[in-house]
Amino acid sequence: MKCRKCGGTAVIELRRHNAAFCQPDFVEFFRNQVREAIRKHRMFTPDEPVLVAVSGGKDSLALWEVLIAEGYRTTGLYLDLGIFDYSVESKARCEKFAAAHGVPLIVTAVADAVGAPVPVIKDVTRRPPCSGCGLSKRYLMNRVALEHGFPVVATGHNLDDEAATLFGSVMHWQTDALPRQSPALAATHPKLVRRVKPLYRLSERETAAYAFLRQIDYIVEECPFAAGATSIAHKEILSRMEEASPGAKHNFLFGFLDRARAAFERVENVALQECARCGQVTTGTVCAFCKLADQVKRAT
Amino acid sequence: MKVILRNPKREVQVAGGRRVKDVLRELDIIPETVLVIRGDTLVTADQTVTDDDTIELRPVMSGGSGSREAACGEARAR
Repeated sequence: MKCRKCGGTAVIELRRHNAAFCQPDFVEFFRNQVREAIRKHRMFTPDEPVLVAVSGGKDSLALWEVLIAEGYRTTGLYLDLGIFDYSVESKARCEKFAAAHGVPLIVTAVADAVGAPVPVIKDVTRRPPCSGCGLSKRYLMNRVALEHGFPVVATGHNLDDEAATLFGSVMHWQTDALPRQSPALAATHPKLVRRVKPLYRLSERETAAYAFLRQIDYIVEECPFAAGATSIAHKEILSRMEEASPGAKHNFLFGFLDRARAAFERVENVALQECARCGQVTTGTVCAFCKLADQVKRAT
Repeated sequence: MKVILRNPKREVQVAGGRRVKDVLRELDIIPETVLVIRGDTLVTADQTVTDDDTIELRPVMSGGSGSREAACGEARAR
């Protein structure tokens, strides 16, 4: 198979683009997709400091590497979930990456903020581990960004992540969730920072290929709690559709963003206020994170 | 030829002298879900592998808490 641009030996085939690329041209293709995402959604400017949420996995470290290469002022944020060896190894990958690139890394432990690590939160709440974990991550990303003066947090969500989330929302007809699915979420309150997903145009396989080809040392092992997660099941379904019909995932997500999302938007009469305990933004009196911390405190 | 699989990490032996896509089909692996690594580079599904080759099939799927963002109050506040 030949590279579409130079005719050299291809290292990756992108069936949805009906193309194949050699290593240098794939790297350029990848970075072009990130540039286009940042430009199209005005995610951030070269003057703004960007907090990059990193997990030690392929997506977030690939994102961080591209943003550094593009000259953005970045700081990493690693949230230590306390998930046994998985967290120890993923944190080590982030620290190694930050040191090698000479960029700062903030480390925050979920256990310090909530009162217990994710495995204990799972037992206390008796809910799927991804539930308390996701809640804690979203809350802490925003809080840490505010505390350190970052106007924007970038996450490594890719096309497959976004397509799987959309699939889940549609399967349950969560019409309130649909308008909030976007590559860029604006700061709708002084205490909410912008949240952006510069990899949303790139598939999971493309981010993995980029990380490998750029010799980024990422954690290949999956989170031990991810097995059986609904999002994984949805990704498997979508991958089978993609195999039968290249471009299916891309068309599903981009068709929604370009043509359907607006139809679900309506004026939401949701009053945003500050949590009586922690001061972060919530729709109730006490935010979901503080309620979770209370629950953990009572049980431990 | 030797094939290295992940999660959990293990090795299997399969016949070489055929294309990568044929190896993937035998192992019932969707090409979209893995990187095919030989040495320090990636190989495309149309390339031929020999009995002496070692390839790693590295899964690309990750996930968990990224989905179902609507589950909490902070997401609703957006």
